[in-house]
Amino acid sequence: MRLILAEDSVLLRAGLTKLLTDGGFDVLAAVGDGEELLRSVAEHEPEVVVVDVRMPPTHTDEGIRAALEIRGKYPKIAILVLSQYVEERYAHDLLSAATSSVGYLLKDRVARVRDFLDALRRIADGGTALDPEVVAQLMVRRRPDFRARLTPRELEVLRLMAEGRSNNGIVDALGVSHSAVEKYVSNIFAKLDLPPTDTDHRRVLAVLKYLGDR
Amino acid sequence: MTTGRSILHLLLGAVLSTLTAALFTVLVIFWGAATISLFTGPSGGALLITVYVVVMLALPLVLAWFVHEIAVLHRLRFRRLLEIDIAEPALTLRSVGRELMYLVWALLIAVPATVLIVVPPAARRFVRHDRHTADRWLGPTNVEILKQRVDWLRHSRAAVVLATDEERQRIERDLHDGAQQRLLSLAMNLGMAREAITVPSPEADAIVAAHDEALTALSELRQFVRGLHPAVLNDRGLDAAISGLAGRAKIPIHVSVEVEPRCPASIEAVAYFVVSEALTNVAKHSKALIASVIITRRGKSLHIEISDEGRGGATAKPGGGIAGLIQRTASVDGKLSLSSPVGGPTVIKVVLPCG
Repeated sequence: MRLILAEDSVLLRAGLTKLLTDGGFDVLAAVGDGEELLRSVAEHEPEVVVVDVRMPPTHTDEGIRAALEIRGKYPKIAILVLSQYVEERYAHDLLSAATSSVGYLLKDRVARVRDFLDALRRIADGGTALDPEVVAQLMVRRRPDFRARLTPRELEVLRLMAEGRSNNGIVDALGVSHSAVEKYVSNIFAKLDLPPTDTDHRRVLAVLKYLGDR
Repeated sequence: MTTGRSILHLLLGAVLSTLTAALFTVLVIFWGAATISLFTGPSGGALLITVYVVVMLALPLVLAWFVHEIAVLHRLRFRRLLEIDIAEPALTLRSVGRELMYLVWALLIAVPATVLIVVPPAARRFVRHDRHTADRWLGPTNVEILKQRVDWLRHSRAAVVLATDEERQRIERDLHDGAQQRLLSLAMNLGMAREAITVPSPEADAIVAAHDEALTALSELRQFVRGLHPAVLNDRGLDAAISGLAGRAKIPIHVSVEVEPRCPASIEAVAYFVVSEALTNVAKHSKALIASVIITRRGKSLHIEISDEGRGGATAKPGGGIAGLIQRTASVDGKLSLSSPVGGPTVIKVVLPCG
C-alpha cells in the first residue's frame, strides 16, 4: 500500500515511518507541513494518506484542511487524520466530505500498534475508523436521547459500529457469537428507526449519519 | 518632630486660619448683600440685577472651591514642616464639607495655639491633636481608604491568578512537547516490538508487560495534563472542552454551552475546572444516572449550572472538593451556590465575571 505521512514532530515522524513500514506499508514520503503534503500527493499519487491535524505554520487545523482538499481532488485516496484531542467539528467535516475510506484517531492510538494498523488497513479497504473517544463524544453530544432506548449491550455494539468495525470486528471485541451480534444490530436499527441495510459498510454509514444529525 | 517646627506649624496655622476667616467673611457678606438686595427689590438697571443673580448663584461654588484650596495649603503645611503626608480625597460635596470642619477647628485653636508657643512641650502635644484632626477631616474617609485598598487588592489578585494560569499552561506545553512525545515514541517502539513477537518467551512477556505499562503511563500523563490545563480549551473554547469532559464521563451528560463572545482565559479555566471537579463528584458520590451542564453568558457574567438527580446530601466540607471549588471561584471574584438536599437533586450554580 503506497502511503504518504504528514507529521510535524520529527520524533513521531520517524517512529511512525518505521511503524508503517514494518506494518507492510510503502512510505513514499514523510513531510512536515500542509503545503508539502499537497505537493507530495500530487507527485506520488499514493493510496493512503496519514496526516496530523496540527502543523505549521499556524498549528491549528492545517491538517484537516489539507485532508479535505485531498478528498476533493483525489476522492480515491484513503485518509486517516490524527489529532491531539477530540474536536467534533473535524469529525463532522471529515464525515460530511467522505463516508468511506476515512478515519479520525487520537494520536495516542498509534501506541496501540496492532489496533492502529488494523484501523489503517480498514480505511485503506474502504471502511471507516473513528476513535472511541470521538464516538463517545458524538454519542453524548448529538444524540443523548437514544441512551434511554438501547440496552447497555446495544449501546456497546452501536459504539463499536460507529468506530467503523465490521461484524467480525464486533464479534472479536465482545467475545460473542455472530448471530448474537446480528440480533443486536437488527434491534438497534429497529429501535432507532433506521432502514435495514445489507453490508457492514452501509450499516456503519447509517449509524454515523444518525450520530451526525442533531 | 522638633519643637521649633511644631511652633512654626502652629503659628503658620493660626495665620492661615485668620486670613481664611477674614476672606471667608468678606465673601459671605458679599453674597448676603447680593441676595438680600435681590429679594428686597433691587434698585438699578438690568445689568446690576444680572450681576446680583450671578453672584448669588456662583458664590457658593466659589466658596467651596476656596475651602478646597485652603485645605490644600493646610496639607502643604503638614508636609513641609512636619513631613506628614495627608492624601487628598476625591473632590465631592462631602469632602469639601469635611475640609470645612477642619478649617473651623483650625480657626478655633488659632488663639490657644498662639498662646501655647511659650510652653514648648505643650506646643508639641497640641500639634499631635492637630494632626489627628487633620487626618480625620482633611484626608480621605476610612471607607474611601478601604475602597482604594480593595481595588488594589483586586488588581493584584487578578495578576496572581493570571500568572498561575500562565504557569500551568507553560507546564502543559512543556509536558506535551517533551515527556508526552517521548512517552508516545517509547510506547510505539514497544508496540512494534510486541507485534514482532512470533514465539512466546519470557523476553516476549517482558516486552508485552513493558508496552502495557507504557500505554498506562501515557494515559495517566494525558489525564494529568488535561486536569492541569486542557489544550482544547485555549484552541476551541469552553464548548469543545466541556464536550470532551462529557464524552469521557461514565454517565450521560447533557451539555449546553452558549458563550459568545468568549470570556477571558482565566475565567474559562476556572469554569472548566469547576465543571470537571463537579462531574467527578457526581460520578463518585451521587449515584446519579444522568447529569447536566448548562453554561450561558449573560452580559458581563458567565452562568454555570451543574445538576444531577442523584442522592444529594453534598456539603462543602473544609478541605473537600466543593470547598476547593468555592476557593477557586472566589479567586476570580465569582460566586458559588450549592443546593443538595438529601434525596437530591443536587444543583451547583456558579457565576463568574466575564470581561
